[in-house]
Amino acid sequence: MFWAEVEAPLIAQARRPGQFIILSIDSDGSERIPLTIAGVHSERGTIELIWQRVGKTTAELARLQAGDAIANIAGPLGEPTHIERFGTVVCVGGGIGNAPLLPIATALKQVGNRVVSILGARDKSRLILEDRFAEVSDELIVCTDDGSYARKALVTEPLQEVCQRDPKPNQAFVIGPTPMMKFCCQVTRRFDVPTQVSLNTIMVDGTGMCGGCRVEVDGAAKFVCVDGPEFDGHKVNFDLMIKRLNAYKKQEQQAYDQYRQHRCQIGL
Amino acid sequence: MMDKAKLLQELLEKEKSGTLKAKDRLAIPAQDIPEQDAEARRRNVSEVALGYTEEQARIEALRCLQCRNTPCVEGCPVRIRIREFIGAVAAGDYRQALAIIKENSLLPAVCGRVCPQEVQCQEKCTVGRSLKDVSQAVSIGRLERFVADWAGSHNGSPQDAHRESGIPAVAPPTGMKVAIIGSGPGGIVAAADTRRAGHEVTVFEAFHKPGGVMVYGIPEFRLPKAIVRQEIETLRKMGVKIVTNFIVGRTRTIEQLMKEDGFEAVYIGVGAGLPSFMNIEGESLVGVYSANEYLTRANLMKAYQFGAGADTPIARSKKVAVVGGGNVAMDSARTAVRLGAEKVYLIYRRTEKEMPARVEEVHHAQQEGVEFHLLQNPKRIIGDANGSVTAIECLRYELGEPDASGRRRPVAIPGSEFQIEVDTVIIAIGNLSNPLIRQTTPGLEFNKWGNIVVDENCRTSMAGVFAGGDIVLGAATVILAMGQGRIAAAAMNEYLARKQGSRSE
Ligand SMILES: Cc1cc2nc3c(=O)[nH]c(=O)nc-3n(C[C@H](O)[C@H](O)[C@H](O)COP(=O)(O)OP(=O)(O)OC[C@H]3O[C@@H](n4cnc5c(N)ncnc54)[C@H](O)[C@@H]3O)c2cc1C
Ligand code: SF4
Ligand code: FES
Repeated sequence: MFWAEVEAPLIAQARRPGQFIILSIDSDGSERIPLTIAGVHSERGTIELIWQRVGKTTAELARLQAGDAIANIAGPLGEPTHIERFGTVVCVGGGIGNAPLLPIATALKQVGNRVVSILGARDKSRLILEDRFAEVSDELIVCTDDGSYARKALVTEPLQEVCQRDPKPNQAFVIGPTPMMKFCCQVTRRFDVPTQVSLNTIMVDGTGMCGGCRVEVDGAAKFVCVDGPEFDGHKVNFDLMIKRLNAYKKQEQQAYDQYRQHRCQIGL
Repeated sequence: MMDKAKLLQELLEKEKSGTLKAKDRLAIPAQDIPEQDAEARRRNVSEVALGYTEEQARIEALRCLQCRNTPCVEGCPVRIRIREFIGAVAAGDYRQALAIIKENSLLPAVCGRVCPQEVQCQEKCTVGRSLKDVSQAVSIGRLERFVADWAGSHNGSPQDAHRESGIPAVAPPTGMKVAIIGSGPGGIVAAADTRRAGHEVTVFEAFHKPGGVMVYGIPEFRLPKAIVRQEIETLRKMGVKIVTNFIVGRTRTIEQLMKEDGFEAVYIGVGAGLPSFMNIEGESLVGVYSANEYLTRANLMKAYQFGAGADTPIARSKKVAVVGGGNVAMDSARTAVRLGAEKVYLIYRRTEKEMPARVEEVHHAQQEGVEFHLLQNPKRIIGDANGSVTAIECLRYELGEPDASGRRRPVAIPGSEFQIEVDTVIIAIGNLSNPLIRQTTPGLEFNKWGNIVVDENCRTSMAGVFAGGDIVLGAATVILAMGQGRIAAAAMNEYLARKQGSRSE
């Protein structure tokens, strides 16, 4: 898991919770990848990015040192989260999803919601932002898949318990790996708790020009970069989305392997 | 074949002695443009048409009858003085030829390559009419390209030939700021023309590279990116500021640019930029691309070099179906060929005659082995358990009564379904307008197709805001976008002059 604070004054000024940026490390040949804006420091004109090393671009990004530059950052992209006073809101974050969830939870709290946060991670080392969620939540439930920290459970378990309460939560926000969002939506659907998810598809331009980010919502094609990234989780076709996310798995692995091999050879 | 130099010599002597009559000119063989071998170019992304040699250009120019009524000019959307520039080419004065073209068109190296001349100037040309074959018309486009390329290699940059520096003169600063949104051909021309009037001009571009469709859509093998880069470089040298990664509507709104950032006039040239899908079953399967995505991955992100300097992947397709009959469809099909596909099928619901693509591109696609499936249209796309495309199911069509556009309407033949085995489908049926500006600019008037409404001077419903190109016309052409960029710039210069005048009173 990596973190950076990046100077981008115009984006810092315009950005609202739920929005993201697209970056590429240099201008020729580099891939464009979307990353959510995890936080913003208006006084310094900076935004915070948090990412996981999953492929070549995220690995290269992780190697940058303080003071280095990223050639291209465009944003803020996507529709901001619709924030209102729902009553009790349950915010479920999985893995890296905690990063985009934090500004949403913060904004929900600010307008007077009772915020119940559920954070999950594979193991202790992968759990992020617990302290910052503690600050903005009325109640915080933490779990790990392997039990190496806090409760041993998948997030769906405490989510089900929260949904069983009387009164049930008025609204849920779920951000995390796609399978996790799918299973959380199955739970909230059973309890009829409206659920927003934030989708993280493959993107190219991020402005609605290519359609590469499209998902099926309620049977119709929607572009995540302009119509989203948030959608009604009960209407998203997650199975199809998971298949589309895997479209370039082999080639991405190849690029990453080549990159690592190359670095080994030159002794890095 | 007769030696070109000798032929040219003879023709020039005849012309000089006044014995080169119209019928002699009509007898001069139309000059073919040298091209890369079709088999070789299937494996590279270098330009296909190689351009005329000097002899060829002058021989071709001598075919021009120098008509008094210049019907060709009627066919040219920006009214280039074609007869005069061709006369200059025949005389060997390429500098003069360029100056004449530049009076009306700023990007001849681009237009010479991508304009659909056969339905514009060349369609009207007397030579083609006399020989009853539009492909025998004077090759005005190739001559335009020759002149621009000649200037490019003789002047450093194909800009104003009058000036040795190649950089157009800029009037003294007016102190007024102009914002150009989008760096496509319309934006480039609007930026150059407003800058020439002395305004402080900034171009805002959403992508990380400027040039619009000319860099992310039209492939290298048809329009080398070096040409576009050079035009952008000229803008920079003129003092135009180019800001990339700036999405108007998201990074800043038009209202913010005008009220907070001090821009007094704005040109919106954001292009069409919203891919149409067919809304048929299976369009979300893995392996289905919009042409925009496929071409952007290939061109802008250089996916053809994946693993060798480029990090953006693209499907490694064996059998590709491209749906559509325009330039975008041809570009997609020919890109798929170059990315190593064994079979590329082009599926179009009318006949070759109705195809909106440039004829040259249709021929090139056929030469490169693209298989045309005409009078057919997809009904659904079929996938396997992994959600990957395995086949496309089509219906056969026949041509019925002419529709509003005068083209005969294709009608499906019931029960004619059949399948073609493919692993990739590229939808190239057109672009609608991207709604971002509409959603973020209250007060700006759009029509029901989402295009910005403008008057004959490209003025929108908002004071100080002008628009042109595909966002106004719907998916159109480079030359029409350039034409509107020029009209808009003239209107902006006038608007700003009036504004300045009223201020100093
Ligand atoms: C594949 C393909 C092949 C084509 N072939 C031909 C051909 O052979 N001949 C021909 O004449 N025409 C062709 N065309 C059409 C031609 O390219 C367009 O008509 C022309 O480029 C339109 O120019 P434009 O000035 O409207 O801007 P565009 O070229 O569309 O550029 C618009 C620019 O604005 C940017 N932008 C969009 N939204 C924003 C925003 N909110 N903020 C900042 N920037 C923004 C975009 O990123 C883009 O760079 C082709 C088009 C395609 C897609
Ligand atoms: S119509 Fe053809 S022959 Fe006549 S001036 Fe134009 S290019 Fe020359
Ligand atoms: S990323 Fe291209 S349309 Fe969304």
